[in-house]
Amino acid sequence: MARYEGLFDALGLREWCDADKTEAPMSMAQLLAQASGGSEEATGPVLPFPSLDTLNEACARIGQTRDLTEGIEQGFLAIRGQLKFVLDPLTQPLSWMLDGALWVFETAPWWFMMPLLILVSWFVSKSRGVTLFVAFVLFFFAAIDHYNVAMQTLAIVFVCTGLSVGFGVPIGIGMSKSDTAQRMIVPILDLLQTLPTFVYLIPLIFLFSVTESKLFGIAIILYAIVPVIRLTDLGIRLVDKDVIEAANAFGMTNRQKLVRVELPLALPNIMAGVNQTIMMSLAMVVIASLVSAPGLGVLVLRGIRNLELGVGIVAGLGIVLLAVILDRVSKAALARVDKQRNTH
Amino acid sequence: MTAKVSIRGLYKIFGPNDKAMVDKVRNGLTKPELLEQHQHVLGLEDINVEMQSGEITVIMGLSGSGKSTLIRHLNRLIDPTAGEILVDGQDVMQLGPSDLRELRRKMMSMVFQKFALLPHKTVLQNAEMPLSIQGREQSEMDREARKWLNRVGLDGFEDRFPSQLSGGMQQRVGIARALTANTDIMLMDEAFSALDPLIRTDMQNLLLELQKELHKTIIFITHDLDEALKLADHLVILKDGAVVQQGEPQHILLNPNDPYIEDFVSDINRARVLRVRSVMKPLAAEVKIDGDVDAKSNLEKIIALSGGDTTKSYRVVEDGQAIGLVEMVDLVRALVPRASGTK
Ligand SMILES: Nc1ncnc2c1ncn2[C@@H]1O[C@H](COP(=O)(O)OP(=O)(O)O)[C@@H](O)[C@H]1O
Ligand SMILES: [Mg+2]
Repeated sequence: MARYEGLFDALGLREWCDADKTEAPMSMAQLLAQASGGSEEATGPVLPFPSLDTLNEACARIGQTRDLTEGIEQGFLAIRGQLKFVLDPLTQPLSWMLDGALWVFETAPWWFMMPLLILVSWFVSKSRGVTLFVAFVLFFFAAIDHYNVAMQTLAIVFVCTGLSVGFGVPIGIGMSKSDTAQRMIVPILDLLQTLPTFVYLIPLIFLFSVTESKLFGIAIILYAIVPVIRLTDLGIRLVDKDVIEAANAFGMTNRQKLVRVELPLALPNIMAGVNQTIMMSLAMVVIASLVSAPGLGVLVLRGIRNLELGVGIVAGLGIVLLAVILDRVSKAALARVDKQRNTH
Repeated sequence: MTAKVSIRGLYKIFGPNDKAMVDKVRNGLTKPELLEQHQHVLGLEDINVEMQSGEITVIMGLSGSGKSTLIRHLNRLIDPTAGEILVDGQDVMQLGPSDLRELRRKMMSMVFQKFALLPHKTVLQNAEMPLSIQGREQSEMDREARKWLNRVGLDGFEDRFPSQLSGGMQQRVGIARALTANTDIMLMDEAFSALDPLIRTDMQNLLLELQKELHKTIIFITHDLDEALKLADHLVILKDGAVVQQGEPQHILLNPNDPYIEDFVSDINRARVLRVRSVMKPLAAEVKIDGDVDAKSNLEKIIALSGGDTTKSYRVVEDGQAIGLVEMVDLVRALVPRASGTK
């Protein structure tokens, strides 16, 4: 029946193959063949690729592909205990921060929260147009009874962006100081950025319970931290070599150089990174609602699950509006820094 | 008199295995051979220069001759492959990191070709930078920085940002910054090369004026012979990383010892650059004197005075004392590059 039996016979491996022959679980192809009731000989290809499953048919000693995925799963489950033991306490503060921020944003009355947010956007952007737009969007959310969910989303974005910057900037600085560190970290960043977002939810679900808010917190941070790291590294590496030389020539210590020269000169790049980080955490917040993140994403999900078209679309547009105000405010802040330096 | 800064037997070779290359160079391997056979770049080769206190030492050479490399050895922005650098008799190679920082803060300041100001700080903050690194009182920094900004002619620009100033003004900030550091030694790497000719002349005059007051030890780098002759008390000419001639600038002008230097000096207006002092002879009683001239006058002035009459002779006076005699015949001869060497 299988075509590779002759091969194992010829190699004299027949005995080894049949040594402890047991009924191996059927492969997907066998199951399908059984279900359709046809005979394999008639429908199978002339020379199938010698994949694990095909070879297993000829020689039971060779594992099936299913063993591979199961091996990974078993391996992960085996170290899960230790991993959880280490990671759980380390990440616990994240849960507290997220829960705390959510609590604050939900409990603070609207007549306190809305003016506060408008004031903050004024101080960050120093632009009347941007501030007015923020005010308009907030009133719009409140008017269509989406104020609470919007605040939940905003709370999550703030916490995750804050932590991404808090960790990302130091990592970026470390990377800019050492080519070895850069060589090691860049592939990890590439991986984080290209891995489909759903995929890194999988190990997290195994590690933490779905009811804990740190689960989606970690997912969002892992995804959103990449640009701020990259742009901090780039920004510091691009600092004018002549200015660094002057800093050295006047006897600055490394710390003084970092604080007085490198970080300020890299600031426009770092802020561009922060802007991207905000946008990416907002994008991830929707996917994170799959693992119980509250906010606008939940409504989008409801729209899909229950085919409530209107609910889904309004929530989706709400996310777009949030993205636009966050983007405008952070871009206005960036432009302000740039302008101060380059006016003529 | 011991020199403020002495460079002794300095070699700099760029490459991973530079120490091993020094002996090969000492044994006569040339720059192209070193690059060809060992992939190392010969930056500096056996440099010996004494820089006197209170003088302007000018290091001149074409681009790529190693001027920037040399000046960066003085404050060890570049470490030498072999040799000694003594500042006030102290070998800077012996300094640990914190002593080296002290040296850079208290002994040497630097002015850069591309200004290298902090773009996010105001003019005043830039001028305060050397003191703020040392953690001085705000009031002291303010006073010092304003004093020097005023001295270089930047009154009223304290709150501007560097990008709002012209190149010449930015370099004035660079000079004020170096002066605020209040160091004995000032390193200037092509400080005026990026400026327009007219502004450059202004800045040279400013530097000479400041120097008359402050008597700093200035090491000035340039690729421009006119600038070198105007500023130098001591001139060092660099070619492919080696010193080809050094000494009193007028002396080098009259006695170039290398075709490379002859090329350099052939293009300049000798009548304007040479001074009477460089072409005078000892006083002789029998010569008829047509008048007195100052030792520091340039030859152009004497030619004008004589009305082109080559038979005339003048007595050379300095500080009221007669110190020599200049005959128009010698003077005219000195104007021709090759003839002057026979004097
Ligand atoms: N880090 C370096 N690595 C290799 N070669 C260098 C390095 N720095 C300078 N050089 C070489 O040393 C020579 C002198 O350079 P530099 O001191 O900048 O010249 P200058 O200032 O006179 O124009 C040049 O040939 C240059 O290519
Ligand atoms: Mg140079």
